[in-house]
Amino acid sequence: MISNLGLTLLVPVTPFAAFLLLAIVGPLRRTGRGAGLLSITAITISFAAALIVWTQGFVGERTWGWIPADGGPIATVGVLVDPLSNAMLVLVTLVSLLVQIYSLAYLSDERPASLGRYYTYQSLFVFSMLGLVLAPGFLQMFVFWELVGLCSYLLIGFWYERPAAARAAVKAFWITKLGDVGFIIGIVLLWAATGTFEFTELFEKAQAVSGLPLIMFLIYLGAVGKSAQFPLHVWLPDAMEGPTPVSALIHAATMVTAGVFMVTRAEPLFALVPEVLTLIAWVGAFTALLAATMACVEGDIKRVLAYSTVSQLGYMMAAAGAGAAQAGFLHLLTHGLFKALLFLAAGAVIHAVGTNDVFRMGGLFRAMPQTGIVFIVGTLALAGVPPLAGFFSKEAVLGGVWEAHLTGPFLMLALTALLTAFYMFRVVFIAFFGRAFAAGHPHEAPWLMRGPLWLLAALTVAVGLRLAVGGSEHEAPGWLVPLSLALAFAGFALAWAMYQRGLVDPATFSTALAPFDFLARRRYGIDALYGVLYRALVLGFARLIGWIDRYLVDGVLNVLSALTLRAGSGLRGIQSGRAQDYVYGVAFGVLLLIVWAQLWR
Amino acid sequence: MIGLSSYLVLAALVFSIGLFGVLTRRNAVGILLGIELMLNAVNINLVAFARFHGDLTGVIFTLFTISITVAEVAVGLAIVIAIFRVRRTVEADRLDLLRG
Repeated sequence: MISNLGLTLLVPVTPFAAFLLLAIVGPLRRTGRGAGLLSITAITISFAAALIVWTQGFVGERTWGWIPADGGPIATVGVLVDPLSNAMLVLVTLVSLLVQIYSLAYLSDERPASLGRYYTYQSLFVFSMLGLVLAPGFLQMFVFWELVGLCSYLLIGFWYERPAAARAAVKAFWITKLGDVGFIIGIVLLWAATGTFEFTELFEKAQAVSGLPLIMFLIYLGAVGKSAQFPLHVWLPDAMEGPTPVSALIHAATMVTAGVFMVTRAEPLFALVPEVLTLIAWVGAFTALLAATMACVEGDIKRVLAYSTVSQLGYMMAAAGAGAAQAGFLHLLTHGLFKALLFLAAGAVIHAVGTNDVFRMGGLFRAMPQTGIVFIVGTLALAGVPPLAGFFSKEAVLGGVWEAHLTGPFLMLALTALLTAFYMFRVVFIAFFGRAFAAGHPHEAPWLMRGPLWLLAALTVAVGLRLAVGGSEHEAPGWLVPLSLALAFAGFALAWAMYQRGLVDPATFSTALAPFDFLARRRYGIDALYGVLYRALVLGFARLIGWIDRYLVDGVLNVLSALTLRAGSGLRGIQSGRAQDYVYGVAFGVLLLIVWAQLWR
Repeated sequence: MIGLSSYLVLAALVFSIGLFGVLTRRNAVGILLGIELMLNAVNINLVAFARFHGDLTGVIFTLFTISITVAEVAVGLAIVIAIFRVRRTVEADRLDLLRG
């Protein structure tokens, strides 16, 4: 058990050691590529350890007392190892490793100091995410939850000279904090009721807690912010201002799934509050549909993928809400693989053509067939085509939602499946086929970037085959597979007809659906609403505080100092500077003393 | 026989004249003279008390006072001359560099 524990601890500790080394030793960080290699070495060790932990199927828990108090420590830190965290460990370390290797080529134009900074943040992120995954209690989870949020902020704002990136970073930080406030309040309320942060203890004691629905709703708010659920989804598309590998790692495969992971981890608690679960399912399905419609009208390749991520996160949440948390978690894992693949492939495309706009790409398949193939593999997986990984997990989610008799969410998710196939093939047809728009000569990415792409594509296929052989455990109705295949094919056919054959003009289509088109292009006004609220509430409050500071706090001090000045200038006349005047004063004073002494003896 | 009080009255008169001089003279040398008068009033007191109490301490003390007064006048006049060199005047009313 000790060696198991040591191995498990090795997983998060190595990236942390790399982070400390890079953060403290400045010259090492400024070497850029050297820092990258160090970080990659650390994550490789971490990945190997995670792989062993996973294949050996370690299970166990070890905690140490943290905040000491009378009658035992208030909180504990430690590691909780079970199949859930094992699978997550492998996913996080694998995607991080591939992304870090990929970044070495993708960010090769950066100054060495910037590159070193990038890898420092990356190492910190990996450590934080692993700490979150291994957390045995809510408090440790919250600490690492905030740490990954910090890393997300730092990496979105990696190109902080660009105002858009700096704004997006602040926006991501703000919006997720909205949810996190609920999260911490929920955690503390739960602690007040049960006296523990530990999951295992909470699962036993939670039945007796009164007001559990409210508490679980507050905790769920944290997941809403982190996993970009409606109405706090607005930060994720803007987070695409960061470097593409960051989007692949943090904003597709790992951090944004922390919310889903948390709900899955705390599933026994959520199972006690069916009303909150129903809410989670509805919000998840609605998010999935809303994001999918926005992805259909988006022209920026990374933003399409970002909306797609929001949409798929909605899927996972819907599954968790339907009580099929395992299905949601399976989708989390497969989605982590193929969405990272899609982002990295999109990064290779952006690297080659120098723009994010799909309408300025075209015919790229001929120029970069390898990237094209892996992108299509990712697209097929996302659209849910067998035998790729996405098909089985999506089936499991849809089946789980149907089993839970949530007809509304099921219909929304089914429609989303159609839209998913549509918007992904839309990108494929516009960017990779059709007329060659791209200026210059797009070329295949260097092998450092292609290697991770092929590996992820192979894994997407391999996991799919593994799931196909293993078979699915849940009993879905028999018509589900044909239905979802038909939906995926319909989406594909629509995209093909519109953007490849030109049978249907996209313009007539959008006029036919004018209200939706109008709203989706304006992101349903949600961003604008946040903007107005931000300006009215936050800036208004800031202005009020500013006024109070300037006119009340400063005002009192200004009046005091003005009085002092007045008194001083009034009294300066006494100081004539002539010695004789002072002698007069002394003589007069002595006289007074004598008189006083005579009178009051 | 002249009593002790007569000496004290004389000393008080001399002291007052000296103080008057210090307060009213406009010339710095005049002020120094006033100070001298005040010091000598003290000396008269000391000698008078020594004489009437039959204690020589007062007389000896007066000798010290006189010698210190000499030193004081020497320093005082030196300062006055130094001021005169810089300011071209020794008029007390115009020596008000420290005016607030």
